[in-house]
Amino acid sequence: MIAHPPVLALVLASTLSALVMVPTFVFALRLLARWDPSSGNEEQLKLEKTTYLVSTLVAFVAVVELASLAAFAFNADRMAVLFVGAMCAVGTLNASSYGFPTLVAKIAVFFAAFVWLVLDRTDNKGRDYPFILQKYWGILLLALLVVLDAALQLAYFLDLKASTITSCCGKLFGDAGLGAGAELAGIEPRLALVLLFGGLAITIALSFGTARSRLMGRLLGLASPAMFAIAIAGVISVISVHVYEQPHHHCPFCLLKREYGFFGFLLYIPLFAATGSGMAAGLLSALPARQSLSDVLPPLLGRLSILTISGFALFGGLSLWKIMASRLTLM
Amino acid sequence: MTALSRTRYFLDFAVSSLLRRRWRTLSLILVYSCIVALLGSVLLFGTALRREAATQLSTGPDIVVQSMIMGRHDMLRAADLDALRGLRGLRRGEARLWGYLYDSSAAANYTLMANADTAPGEALVGEGVARARKLEPGKLLFLVSPAGKFLKVRVKSVIAPKSALISSDLVLLNEADLRAFFSVAPDLYTDLALFVANPREVATIAQKGAIRLPGRRFVTREDLTRSYESLFSWREGLVLVILAGAVIAFAIFAFDKASGLSSEERREIGILKAVGWDTSHIIAQKLIEGGLVSGTSFLIGFILAYAHVFLFRAVLFEPVLTGWSTLYPRFRLTQEIDGLQVTSLALLTILPYVAAILVPVWRTASADPDEVMR
Repeated sequence: MIAHPPVLALVLASTLSALVMVPTFVFALRLLARWDPSSGNEEQLKLEKTTYLVSTLVAFVAVVELASLAAFAFNADRMAVLFVGAMCAVGTLNASSYGFPTLVAKIAVFFAAFVWLVLDRTDNKGRDYPFILQKYWGILLLALLVVLDAALQLAYFLDLKASTITSCCGKLFGDAGLGAGAELAGIEPRLALVLLFGGLAITIALSFGTARSRLMGRLLGLASPAMFAIAIAGVISVISVHVYEQPHHHCPFCLLKREYGFFGFLLYIPLFAATGSGMAAGLLSALPARQSLSDVLPPLLGRLSILTISGFALFGGLSLWKIMASRLTLM
Repeated sequence: MTALSRTRYFLDFAVSSLLRRRWRTLSLILVYSCIVALLGSVLLFGTALRREAATQLSTGPDIVVQSMIMGRHDMLRAADLDALRGLRGLRRGEARLWGYLYDSSAAANYTLMANADTAPGEALVGEGVARARKLEPGKLLFLVSPAGKFLKVRVKSVIAPKSALISSDLVLLNEADLRAFFSVAPDLYTDLALFVANPREVATIAQKGAIRLPGRRFVTREDLTRSYESLFSWREGLVLVILAGAVIAFAIFAFDKASGLSSEERREIGILKAVGWDTSHIIAQKLIEGGLVSGTSFLIGFILAYAHVFLFRAVLFEPVLTGWSTLYPRFRLTQEIDGLQVTSLALLTILPYVAAILVPVWRTASADPDEVMR
């Protein structure tokens, strides 16, 4: 293991999160089995009282996990100097077989935590615990993801050795390589752009209808993660090359470097926020209607769709600007 | 009421509530700031040291070639450099002659190196050597070799302190003086320094060189940078692990402070509940209090750490983080704050604090009004 301070901080964060989520998981199981709002017995009162603690704890974990995704990516980039062959975060993540699975788990935790936080906020607005059961099913899922993430991350950091020879992003995202990265890099630029901007147009159109139509909201919930995947594919195949002004450099991680003005953060933060809020809006539209939330839900959905629209629009606008301003001409 | 104005009222209430318990808040902030300052010093000092090493290495040769015999370092011959000339991409190569000398009068090790610009009978000395032997330009330096040979040279100048991390223990001599002093044959050298035109070709040139000169060790600058990076990170991590005890003690302290409610506080919560606050409001208000304490302490602690490292040269950690030597260089650290280090520091200090107060805060907030007012 490399006892680098950011590594210690990340391990502390994920261990604390996992430690918090284990008792929370047990409580969620008990609540799902015993919850009975019509009853006034002592156990029900106790359950109701403890939900405040659980909400606070899970919100704490969710916020920690949101911050640790950014720290993880940034740290991977910074640690690249330690490995032979690594030039950016890709090399560091590739230095152990747990690297990319950890990143994927972190992204999954990010979205699950984001959606759960919105659900919790909505549920707290209603006086009659409108979505309490859904929220606790969510905690079961989130707890599993958080523990999985902590375990993968620990395995990853334990497995890292300074003498490892790894491969750089040019290999993983090269036009001639094998595997998913190379496949994405090889997508025809015109097709990637059509998919990207077509997808953005559809997703934004769905967001506009979310506050009025539950169907549109549900579709947005499905479209947002799909849009996320398309956007990442677009970054790899066409946006990155325009930023680097180099037709064979497809890496989505080098964008996070200082050399490119931290453009990656500018691009990814709106993308992650928009995807998360789109998924949250989708979930809220799919849940059964509740009388106690009839005044609260429409403005909330409105705010979520504004976040989705502005996030995706910002992502699209920045990509378009980079492609137009680039001195590289592919088409 | 808009969300913004509600947050403002909460903040207002939290500040006045913290001020009502002035001494408790102050003691908490004091301990909290010390923890941040302690951990922050380690992180800031580590970053500055790593940056310093990287800057120094960036001016050195791209590849160093050493001869090995039975796994130990051996001298090279001038012919070895000729064998490498003509390697495509190699801009310049030079054979270097240098060695170590233990000086019993100062109880220190010097690095003696041949320098083409130094005239016979003259020497350039590093800042550490000048300090240990109280030298200044014009003064005489006397050295005794392990074989008992005597060397008298006049100090021409002291090497500029901006490269002190590397040059502190250095004595630059004329080549003939150095050979005579150590009785080294004329065509023997310590190592070869190679400079490569294109940094991307360094690895390939090292490989090609190793084919021409089998049995020699080729160390690239990247290897050295990596070793330094690992070494400093490891030391930093080690100190942090040792300090983990302090962080745990602090978390217990915070837990204890948050758990113990004074009768006045109980009454306050009872009144708040009686006038219509519910549990989540009180939790929010208490967390805002925690946030204010954390923010203030983090800021104070970080400023203290900054002052400790850059104004007082990290007196508490210097021996552990830099290593120890009689001629340890006195160098100025480049002042630098790095976003990742600040985030790490926040995760390492604020996280344990918040985790420690969550349960006590909830217990306080969920108490029944009649129970707490009784």
